[in-house]
Amino acid sequence: MSTPSSAPAPEPTDASWTAATRRFLERRLPLTHLLPSRQPFFVGSWVYVFGVVAITALVWVIGSGIVLAFFGPGWFHVSALGRFVNSIHFWGVQLFFFFVVLHLWGQFFMASWRDGRAKTWLVGVVIFVAGLVTGFTGYVSQQNLDAQWIAINAKDGINATGAGSFFNVLDFGQMYGIHVMLLPIFVTMLVVLHVVQVRMRGVVNPIEPKVPAGRSKPPTDVAS
Amino acid sequence: MTNPTADQETYHRGIPTVPYDLLKELVLAFVASGIVILVLAIGLSSPEVPPLTIQTWAQQDPVDFVTTATSELAGTSFSGAYGPPYTDGSDSVQVLGPFAPQQWAGNAVHLDTAQDFVLGPLGTAAVGNADLTAALSAYGSADDTTRQGWLSTYTDALSAATTQGGDVVVAAGSYGPVPVLMSNLMGVARSGGLDGLLLAGGHFFETNYTKPLLFMGDGSYLAGLAENQHLLGSQWGMMNETGSYPGQAWLWLYSMWYQIPPYNTASNADLLVVLTMLGLTLVLAFVPHIPILRDIPRWIPIHRLIWRDYYRWRQT
Repeated sequence: MSTPSSAPAPEPTDASWTAATRRFLERRLPLTHLLPSRQPFFVGSWVYVFGVVAITALVWVIGSGIVLAFFGPGWFHVSALGRFVNSIHFWGVQLFFFFVVLHLWGQFFMASWRDGRAKTWLVGVVIFVAGLVTGFTGYVSQQNLDAQWIAINAKDGINATGAGSFFNVLDFGQMYGIHVMLLPIFVTMLVVLHVVQVRMRGVVNPIEPKVPAGRSKPPTDVAS
Repeated sequence: MTNPTADQETYHRGIPTVPYDLLKELVLAFVASGIVILVLAIGLSSPEVPPLTIQTWAQQDPVDFVTTATSELAGTSFSGAYGPPYTDGSDSVQVLGPFAPQQWAGNAVHLDTAQDFVLGPLGTAAVGNADLTAALSAYGSADDTTRQGWLSTYTDALSAATTQGGDVVVAAGSYGPVPVLMSNLMGVARSGGLDGLLLAGGHFFETNYTKPLLFMGDGSYLAGLAENQHLLGSQWGMMNETGSYPGQAWLWLYSMWYQIPPYNTASNADLLVVLTMLGLTLVLAFVPHIPILRDIPRWIPIHRLIWRDYYRWRQT
């Protein structure tokens, strides 16, 4: 009769999915990178704040959106408190896009896709586009004159692509469901992925001057 | 496989580091953004112009309502002749050479404007109404040529119509049962019944506003309200909001194409704009792989401003 061993099996021999996932995360995203307490000093620039503020604005948008979804789409039209929560939602969206655009331009002029960060940039663009669609579905779900007019006009652009046969902007139920359920989950997951991508590789180094002809690298190449 | 832990340390090697409290920064940003949002929400509230109902439309502009309803009955309205995904028509189908996705997607809604917007609701309202029942019967038993003759003559007469006590009055003419149909439809609409009849669609629960919105969109009254709120396409309405509130300003580029040639004169402008924006979005997504575009940040020294402390440090 064999007795259970009290000694843990050597890590490399543990082929379970759980152990493999743990090893992957430990290797690719150690906690010191996910929650860093020191950063290169150039991170002190204000441009690094834009993305952070965009995320916090998104938290306000989602939080107020949860309250609005709980009480139903007609609530803010008949309740002063509902109108206030809707106002938080409205201005949160404005702030979110303002800082997302600042973040996008900032990252563009920093060429933040360098040194293996192209996928991070790609996910950021997808977040921006998903945010546009989320905003649009929200605007046509307002149940007011603006929603009516936007839906009636936007249908032609969407129909022209053929998407109108399954994405009907005049169908409030479809737009509302997509707005309060599918897209927030999608955007949130993408934002989490985006942050993880940034933390995995760290911030990109500043753009170095072009290497002069005849030299293999800048005289003080701190990035190598 | 590379080891990012080692890579990240190697990558930043030689660059001084400073204490950085990520969570504290997040909390401070959350509080700061919350203060801004709350101040704006308390101080400025949010846009809220009530929706237009068919009842209000019929009460406020009866001639436009009846003119639109007549075109729905004739099948000549914007929606009636639209094409996919609403009807089998082709007036609003946009193609680019052989590229015709709207046509390929097909008719998903199967809208019949005469039946869905006029005859169906009137059939429901005809219970106990002998005049309307007779008018519906006369209209239904007439041949197409006769119907189109009535509708065409009545449409012409509507251009000089007046209102009397909320009813539309036209000069005497050979309109068949059309005036009775329209008078009754107006009555149903003014009572608010048509809003419900267009929405119901045979179901108790309903959230699909396709029919009432298409009907209202075919008239000019809603467009007039939108123009007053600077929401028309020619007013860059896509990025505007009712009142003085900011709208979807982030759609400025999308909206811009509609203002300039060749888009503003093209019959397939929507398709052209969508394809243009799709192309630009793909370019943006793949900037890191596109020569010249990916080099722009090196040429425009904004990065020298962003990282000015770093470059100053490099020089010391």
